[in-house]
Amino acid sequence: MRETKGYLDMELLRFTTAGSVDDGKSTLIGRLLYDSKAIFEDQMELLEETSNQRGEEGVNLALLTDGLRAEREQGITIDVAYRYFATPKRKFIIADTPGHIQYTRNMVTGASTANLALLLVDARHGVIEQTKRHAFIASLLQIPHIAVCINKMDLVGHSQKAFEKIKSEFEGFASKLEIKDVHFIPISALNGDNVVDRSKNMNWYEGSTLMHLLENIHIGSDQNHVDCRFPIQYVVRPQSPEFPDYRGYAGRIEGGVFKPGDQVTVLPSGFISKIKSIDTFNGEVTEAFSPMSVCITLEDNIDISRGDMLVRENNKPTVEQDIDVMICWMNEKKMIVGGKYTVRHTSQTARCIIKEVKYKMDINSLHRNEEDREIGLNDIGRITIRTTKPLFFDSYTRNRNTGSIVLVDEATNETVAAGMII
Amino acid sequence: MSSYNLTHLKELESEAIFILREVAAQFEKPVMLFSGGKDSIIMFHLARKAFHPGKIPFPLMHVDTGHNFPETIEFRDKLMVETGETLIVKYVKDSIDKGTAVEETGINASRNGLQTVTLLEGLEEGKYDCAMGGARRDEEKARAKERFFSHRDEFGQWDPKNQRPELWNLFNGRKKMGEHFRIFPISNWTEMDVWQYILQENIELPSLYFSHKREVINRDGVLLGKCDYIALKDTEKWEERTIRCRTIGDMTCTGVAESDADTLEKIIEEVATTRFTERGGRADDKRSEAAMEDRKKEGYF
Ligand SMILES: Nc1nc2c(ncn2[C@@H]2O[C@H](COP(=O)(O)OP(=O)(O)OP(=O)(O)O)[C@@H](O)[C@H]2O)c(=O)[nH]1
Ligand SMILES: [Mg+2]
Repeated sequence: MRETKGYLDMELLRFTTAGSVDDGKSTLIGRLLYDSKAIFEDQMELLEETSNQRGEEGVNLALLTDGLRAEREQGITIDVAYRYFATPKRKFIIADTPGHIQYTRNMVTGASTANLALLLVDARHGVIEQTKRHAFIASLLQIPHIAVCINKMDLVGHSQKAFEKIKSEFEGFASKLEIKDVHFIPISALNGDNVVDRSKNMNWYEGSTLMHLLENIHIGSDQNHVDCRFPIQYVVRPQSPEFPDYRGYAGRIEGGVFKPGDQVTVLPSGFISKIKSIDTFNGEVTEAFSPMSVCITLEDNIDISRGDMLVRENNKPTVEQDIDVMICWMNEKKMIVGGKYTVRHTSQTARCIIKEVKYKMDINSLHRNEEDREIGLNDIGRITIRTTKPLFFDSYTRNRNTGSIVLVDEATNETVAAGMII
Repeated sequence: MSSYNLTHLKELESEAIFILREVAAQFEKPVMLFSGGKDSIIMFHLARKAFHPGKIPFPLMHVDTGHNFPETIEFRDKLMVETGETLIVKYVKDSIDKGTAVEETGINASRNGLQTVTLLEGLEEGKYDCAMGGARRDEEKARAKERFFSHRDEFGQWDPKNQRPELWNLFNGRKKMGEHFRIFPISNWTEMDVWQYILQENIELPSLYFSHKREVINRDGVLLGKCDYIALKDTEKWEERTIRCRTIGDMTCTGVAESDADTLEKIIEEVATTRFTERGGRADDKRSEAAMEDRKKEGYF
């Protein structure tokens, strides 16, 4: 099933795994690759050898993504592994993430760029706190599609009742979340039931296999093509004999569609100009949309630098210094209210102060806890920050690219939080 | 596909260009590692695209073991003349002469591991705060775990259990004095993507990648090309075969593959049907189960 013809115009689907430790995420990815014949013979030999040495029965497919020494020693996933495969229909980028609560930040890393999440649930245990945490994170990150894979069906006698019970349990919880598109699939990652091939043990299930879903789910509308946003990343000034006066603004379109001749407004200065050309190495283009990387030249010679943004006069982002954010805290050092952090947003870097914590989320009940507002490792909460200069942003729900921030600790330089602007 | 969808190759290209520009904006003195292999050549091509019509705002650096295929060096030098970009060459031999690196001995002696020493010396000497590499996550299981922006301590070491979170496309290149970053703009490309892109963009490659006749030996299932750096065992002798390289590294450890693929189209056909990974023929990865992870921890690419 590996790629051959038609490869030059295939679509890309990025998906991530989620769910509690040992629910079978890595095994599922191994199974998916194995059954779609995307594992090479030498990789397979190594897997067999390693599984043998470890005294395991058969081949442990989880070893395909659990590639670090420490992961193999402990039998768990610690950090995201990226895997790739293609079918004649699509090319896939998989992020296999850890389920252990200690490594939630790595789960968030893998999930932040995904169009779809495979949320695994152990059929014996049902929806547990970590399932809820990951479902909540997936909804916060606005992953458009979620496939709830109820796994280890072999251990519950492939029972429809067990499946239906977990399905309604999850639906009860998910009704409080913003998840647009949910699918439920009963699987056995270990034996391959309903992964690539339809299960012979669960005739009661009439939905599609996981692979069928991955190949056919509609992903065309996941980008914002409405609000024009072009953050300047880098100014190209060759100052060469061939291009003595060229001044181009390099960056990636983060929303909307830009065309030569369009009138644009520069933030923060407010100057108005017209797009002269949209350049690429292969020549000028007649339109540019998200996520294209291009270089834009303007009719007027105005002072523009990294961090500025080109937008439309009648469709501007919010320009503000006081910003409400949902935050996932990812560092052992607790968040300090009144503390100062560096904030990264589009191509901007600013400093900010944490003004207040509005509430902390109770993951189990989805209640807003307004008593305990201390935000530490793996906590999620709503906060207000004040930045040293205005940021140009949209709400995360409207545009993932212009609605996301990260906070950086100024002493250690570590990335300590992921934020979604409300 | 709707009119506002990019093909996956265009999307990967855009992602790599975005990262290259981010590097130029966030770092004071970046350098791009260049080995003369297809991944380096692609990365170089992407860098030209990213800063067009300007020049690439950083130099390239080749860590030269002295054990390269002559075709690689010829190609490298020609490419630099044609494009007018700047290449710095650092020689492993200089580190050996200085005594900071010690030549391996024995039948399987290789300078592959010594590259790390010369690389770290080169970075320190040039005061580079960031080195870009053409490594891809699909090549090897330790690489599958690495971030685009991979932080290194003052000894150049990677700590795989404690990587910084990397969210969306908000890259954090902040570091303390003496620390640096390794950055991998084509992390998300597969071998197939690389070949398809070479075809789409009509990128020139060293002749080694295409089928040709060459004298080789078969050592433990790996075919090695004839050169002065390989000492033969009594039982071994050079024989001519029709081969091509899937990856290009040192002649002492890069296995070549028997193949008739002499055009890009045929290579793509071959890559699509092969049952073996690209690095399966690299003796340097075969030294132990976690060979790559261990080398990376010490500061390898
Ligand atoms: N019986 C049965 N066992 C399974 C199934 N799927 C996974 N397992 C077993 O469950 C254990 C954990 O599997 P992993 O794939 O490592 O779990 P994980 O979700 O990746 O765990 P973390 O990454 O550490 O969160 C292994 O022993 C698997 O063999 C299944 O469908 N049936
Ligand atoms: Mg796992």
